Amino acid sequence: MKTIRMRLATFLILTVIWLLVMYPFSSADLALGAGIALFLSLLPLPGLRIYEEISPAPRKIIYALIFLLVFVKAVILSNLDVAFRVLKPSLPINPGIVRVKTKLKSRLGRLFLANAITLTPGTITVEAEGEDFYIHWIDVASHDVDESTSKIVSGFEKYLEVIFG
Amino acid sequence: MIMGYIGGILAIIGSLFLLLAAIGLIRMPDTYNRMQAGTKATTLGSALIFAGIALHQPGWELKMTGLIIFVFLTNPLSSHALARAAHFIGMNPFVKGKSQSSRDDLKARRDEE
Repeated sequence: MKTIRMRLATFLILTVIWLLVMYPFSSADLALGAGIALFLSLLPLPGLRIYEEISPAPRKIIYALIFLLVFVKAVILSNLDVAFRVLKPSLPINPGIVRVKTKLKSRLGRLFLANAITLTPGTITVEAEGEDFYIHWIDVASHDVDESTSKIVSGFEKYLEVIFG
Repeated sequence: MIMGYIGGILAIIGSLFLLLAAIGLIRMPDTYNRMQAGTKATTLGSALIFAGIALHQPGWELKMTGLIIFVFLTNPLSSHALARAAHFIGMNPFVKGKSQSSRDDLKARRDEE
């Protein structure tokens, strides 16, 4: 069951990317892309196992959409934040690398969390080791692991926990 | 026509963010902070430019959507790889004023091993 779901997810993702790139597509394009995607998704590639964690439950899709909105808002805020810091003559930064913890177990969830942290205000994921993330923070506001965790991670974690949990 | 103008405005805002990224690269004091300016502003900047092109050129919307998704997935990964490599070769985060020592939990972790 798990391998079927994983191969189906691979097939759908590859086909959708192909159709996005080829748009506007003819039926021949569709057939060619779907054929190649089918072939690739049947290959025994160990990296595909990561797609086992995707499942199309309605609750997960709703949370994914909310996550997308939260994420876009965070990206815009982060850009304005960086713009403000760059343009201000005094250069208001107080950087450091802090450790935060994540509750997420799924690898795909951790990947999305690390990417989301990198794109949100003032933080870049420098290293991910198991449940510990090491984050470069442009303005270190807290010296406590739990407090940094709630400031940096928790906003995204609650959605990702449902989506990939 | 009106869509073309909106697209143009989006592309101009996008290129302003790219300009900010470039200014950030010059003004920031160390690798990690340059990465901060570089990653964020270029991600939104490119996304806005792609959105502008999509509005300007009817028929390119889906291609540009694909590109935006691609940039959003790959840009943070590449800057993470750069920051990680910078840390591996021993760069310390910059501190304002010489009195305090830089806060670096990852270095402390590596020293423990």
